[in-house]
Amino acid sequence: MNKTINQKAWFFVVPVFVLVAFNAAIPLMTVVNYSFQETFGNNVFAWEGTRWFKQILLSERFHDALGRQIAFTFIILLIQIPLGIGIALTMPKKGWGVPVCLILMSMPLLIPWNVVGAMWNIFALPDIGFLGYSLNAIGFDFNFTQQPGDAWFTTILMDVWHWTSLVVLLSYAGLNSIQPAYYQAAEIDGASRWATFRYIELPKMKKVLTLAILLRFMDSFMIYTEPFVLTGGGPGNATAFLSIDLVKMALGQFDLGPAAAMSLIYFFIVLLVCWVFYSLMMKNEVKS
Amino acid sequence: MPPFFKTKLQIMSLELKNVEKKVGIETHIYPTNIKLEKNTINVLLGSTLAGKTTLMQIMAGLDKPTNGEIWFNGENVTGKQVQKRNVSMVYQQFINYPSFTVFENIASPLKITGVNSDEIKERVGKVAELLKLSAMLNKKPDELSGGQQQRTALARALVKDSDLILLDEPLANLDFKLREELREELPKLFEDRECIVVYATTEPSDALMIGGNTATILEGKIIQYGKTLDVYNKPENLTSAKVFSDPPMNIAEISKNGDTCKLNDNSVQWKSNVKIKDGNYKIGIRPHNITTYKEGNNTVEINGKVLISELSGSESLIHFTNGNLNWVSLSNGIQQKNIGENTKLFMNVDEFLYFDENNRLVNHG
Repeated sequence: MNKTINQKAWFFVVPVFVLVAFNAAIPLMTVVNYSFQETFGNNVFAWEGTRWFKQILLSERFHDALGRQIAFTFIILLIQIPLGIGIALTMPKKGWGVPVCLILMSMPLLIPWNVVGAMWNIFALPDIGFLGYSLNAIGFDFNFTQQPGDAWFTTILMDVWHWTSLVVLLSYAGLNSIQPAYYQAAEIDGASRWATFRYIELPKMKKVLTLAILLRFMDSFMIYTEPFVLTGGGPGNATAFLSIDLVKMALGQFDLGPAAAMSLIYFFIVLLVCWVFYSLMMKNEVKS
Repeated sequence: MPPFFKTKLQIMSLELKNVEKKVGIETHIYPTNIKLEKNTINVLLGSTLAGKTTLMQIMAGLDKPTNGEIWFNGENVTGKQVQKRNVSMVYQQFINYPSFTVFENIASPLKITGVNSDEIKERVGKVAELLKLSAMLNKKPDELSGGQQQRTALARALVKDSDLILLDEPLANLDFKLREELREELPKLFEDRECIVVYATTEPSDALMIGGNTATILEGKIIQYGKTLDVYNKPENLTSAKVFSDPPMNIAEISKNGDTCKLNDNSVQWKSNVKIKDGNYKIGIRPHNITTYKEGNNTVEINGKVLISELSGSESLIHFTNGNLNWVSLSNGIQQKNIGENTKLFMNVDEFLYFDENNRLVNHG
């Protein structure tokens, strides 16, 4: 086959190259650059090879932060996905209830991260916050600024409040796209409510749920602002998730080399998990 | 009477008694009476929104009538849940369980009722063979073509030996070839079954192909119910004739004087031996009874100016005007006509349907 040579095509491709370069490639390469060198003042660098990577991968501090991060994300997904599907299933499908529910559900998503953190901080304060004060009044010894368990409880509650809506909205959209005939067919077959959910609703929601899980995984795995405002990573290091720990290292201690190495490791973990998860979920789709 | 006798004595039938369906202030089904007998295929023929689907859902028990009763085998089943009745339904959309294989899909109604696995295998195997699905039993629905998906849905409906099988425009979403193929097979599938089949369609040709009985439906009312060919050849009234005609029937006002009939605009005149009083009538002429060539023993000429001529592989549809009226003719073969051309066509006088001032059919005694 004869190929047509057309140099004008560069016109269309170059802007994308430039955009991606400034947007992603150049900042990323800067980090890569830092991760292999020791940085001194006045732009003086010394080559360190893979030293920072080894240091991070072997450090207990990183293991702890990663462990906390995995636990947090796991709990978040475990609560938010079933809860979101559950709420979507009980939402009305027509009538005035639909816009009311949709607006109520969208509200938390519209509030800036910082504000959410601050809101929950005040809300949960044991002496003046409504939640904290009430819990203490009914006999719980609740203080999220001092007790790690309480800090986790508050952080998770805050995230569930903030982000479950996203799962709800996605699931609701998925549910609404199922034709009524499917439900009738199930009814005629005598399928139970559970069977209808398991064999019609769930498979039909597969794509939006995959998306919901991916989004919630990425967001919760990279969570920073809300716990930073709420607990600042404390008490001690109890809620110092990866991002919080990373910022402490990079900006607090100014350990640019190890911080850069940690950034890359962090980035690859997110990328790897997303890729593996997505390929597993979409394996059957590609076949057909 | 013990139930044993009851089932033996009652002839299987489905009867709607004064069934009416209102949604808010809108009436979807006007009070309807119809009795469907065992071992029959019954076609509900009507345009979209005529009320076919509503009627079927009421028959199935998926929807409750506002008024009236549904009797099945001599039992009043109004308000009886669909799960407790032995009904199956096939939809226009291809409805199968997406995560099940074809085998599991077909087996699903049997599994729920607790049939043992050997019997399931045997019955699914039989139905799959009947519907040419044997090679696809391990595939998932979305790996199949539209035709195969609908075959799977049909198999699911057939496998459980329902008393009542409802088919709601099952061929509408299939492409032409698959539709023709499946349409031919359908009547054979139900031949040896002890059940009542109801088939909803918008296409008169479907009804003719399937045979059995036909009910013509318009705007929530059953216009006529009877043997398909009777309803086609002897429509009780003009409405029924219109519903059962595609392309649309030609209608013209005429007057009869002795054995001479003529169009009211005097453009066409013919001899007729129909035994009806002299006076004014409407005639209905199906498009295939107006042709570019003479057909039948008794033809009359009509002059027309061609509006559009549509050619398909084996037929020519010519729209033309004669006086103030628009006419449609359907001829065999390719009959090339130019737009605006004046042409001569022939009407088969013996096939005319005569309607009186109340739009009731008066010839074909």
